[in-house]
Order: sequence, then structure tokens, then C-alpha cells
Amino acid sequence: MILRILHEGQLEVSEESMMELNELDDALIAAVEKGDEGLFHTALANLVNKVREVGKPVADDHLGPSELILPGPDATLDEVRDMLADDGLIPG
Amino acid sequence: MKRFSEVMKAKTSKMLDKAEDPRETLDYSYEKQLEMVQKVRRGLADVATSRKRLELQQAQLKASADKLEQQARTAVGVGKEDLAREALNRRAGLQTQLDGLDTQRAQLQAEEDKLTLALQRLQTKVEAFRTKKETIKATYTAAEATSKIGEAVSGISEEMGDVGLAIQRAEDKTATMQARAGAVDELIASGALDDVTAEPGGDIQRQLDALSSGSSVDAELAKMKAELGAGAPAPKEISSAGSPAAGEEPK
Repeated sequence: MILRILHEGQLEVSEESMMELNELDDALIAAVEKGDEGLFHTALANLVNKVREVGKPVADDHLGPSELILPGPDATLDEVRDMLADDGLIPG
Repeated sequence: MKRFSEVMKAKTSKMLDKAEDPRETLDYSYEKQLEMVQKVRRGLADVATSRKRLELQQAQLKASADKLEQQARTAVGVGKEDLAREALNRRAGLQTQLDGLDTQRAQLQAEEDKLTLALQRLQTKVEAFRTKKETIKATYTAAEATSKIGEAVSGISEEMGDVGLAIQRAEDKTATMQARAGAVDELIASGALDDVTAEPGGDIQRQLDALSSGSSVDAELAKMKAELGAGAPAPKEISSAGSPAAGEEPK
């Protein structure tokens, strides 16, 4: 499936790798819920690095949407929260 | 981050304006894409301008710091430790400013690099979209067009949403830096960073100038004394040569 890291582009990730990514994703969500900036950065970096590691960059001329979109590695907790709050969704 | 994805998708799909004829959606989307490419270009130019402004300020502050260091040396040379201390204190203050500017410059450079890559990616996608658009239009049948168009349009809309956010971010950062840069420009213009304005601590260069003109007066005095001394000691020597003799005579 195709994932997007914001401001970096799309990557193709195999189904098998998704299991591993889901665990890292859970850790990230937990950090957002806790509101711990330090934890959030570590968790986000772990997730993004893993996606970069297991994912293959999608060609620039590919025109399909992504199944999942992740914040960029330098996103702040506030930015992610703002984005979640923007559309009236309750974060956490 | 499913929720994050959903929010992002919701944001980008807003760009998908559904037209009566799907082919109009294609043209409309393409127009928006070209606008976005222009927007990214302008954004990049803004970031580059801000970065150059910071670099200019760095150069100005560096020159002031060097000048202060030179003044400190001169002050030490003429034995005015308090002046040297004042100059070094100010230089240390400038160094802090310089370090801050360097961090900001690095941040802007990073934004610039990211936007450059984003622009390349977007341009490639826009070109691919244009080709696909023409193909779809040429072989148009209502049934298959809707899904093909949906795929292509939502794919590029996502890219545009991403790039749009990147620009917004870069613009926010640039605005913050512009404000700070404005403050530094004012400081430089006011001369408060330099030595020209006399502060309670004193105008270092003026004091040094006074000192050096003072010391040149001293030097001239010494020279004059030496010259006079060269003339005066001669009769003294004669008299002193004569005086022991005169002194011995009474013995």
C-alpha cells in the first residue's frame, strides 16, 4: 500500500511491513494522547524512519492517492493536534 | 495515525470540485495545479530572500564583532583594561546574536531545500496529469472516466494539499524571521551594536582615539624633552665636569 510522509512524498510499503508499522503507530498515538512532546518526537521519528526503511519511493509521475498519511518527522505535537482539531475531530 | 490520514484526506478532497461533466473536473484541477506550481515558486523566492537578508545581517554583525576585537587589542596595547573589557563584552553579545542568526539561517535553508524538492515532484506530477487528462478526454466514455478521473484527481489533490501545507509552514517561518530580521536591522541602524553611539559605558573608539591622541601628545612631549635634554645636559656636563674640580678645590 501507498503511504505519504508529509512534505517528503509517497512510499510503497508491503502488507507484511504494515504489522511492524502499526506497533510504532500505536506508540505514536499513545504519545499524542499523553501530550508528551519528547515521547511524541521519539515515536514519530521511529515511525517515519521505519517507513523510509521498508518503503520504496513511488515514482514522481504516479498520480494515485495514499492510503495513509503521516506527519513529517519535524512536525510538532501542537501542529499535529491543530490538524486533528481543525476538522472538529477530538484528538486522542 | 488513521485519524490524521482521514483529516488530511478530508482537507485535500475539498479541492476536488465535482463538475457536471468529469472532463471539466480535469481541466479545473489542472488549472489549480498550475496555480499551485506558481505559488510554490513564489514561496521559494520568499524563503530565499529571507535567507539572503539573514546572511547580509550576519556579515554586518561579524564586521562589528571584528572591529570590537580590534579595539579590545588596541585598548590592551595602551593599557586601558576597562575599555578592552567593555569591547569584549559587547563582542560577546554580538556573538550570541550571530549564533542565533546562524540557527535561523539553517532553518530557512532546510525549508528552501524541502520546497525545492516539493516543487520538482509537483511539476512532474502536473505534467503526468496533463498527459493523462488528454488521454482520458480522447478515449472518453462516461462509465470508465469517472473512476480514472477520480484516481488521478485525488492523487494530485493530495500532493497539492501536502505542498500547500509545506508552503504555509515556510511562510509562517519566513514571517517570524522577517520580524526578527527587522529588529536586528533596526539595532544595526541605531548603531547600538557598534561603537559609534556613546553609551553610559562610553564610546570605545572615541576613548581610544582620545587615548592615542593623548599618547601622541605624550610622545611629542617626550621627544621635545629629549631634544631639549640633548641641548641642556651639555652645559650640565661641562659644569658637572667643572664642579667636582670646583668641589675638590675647596678640599
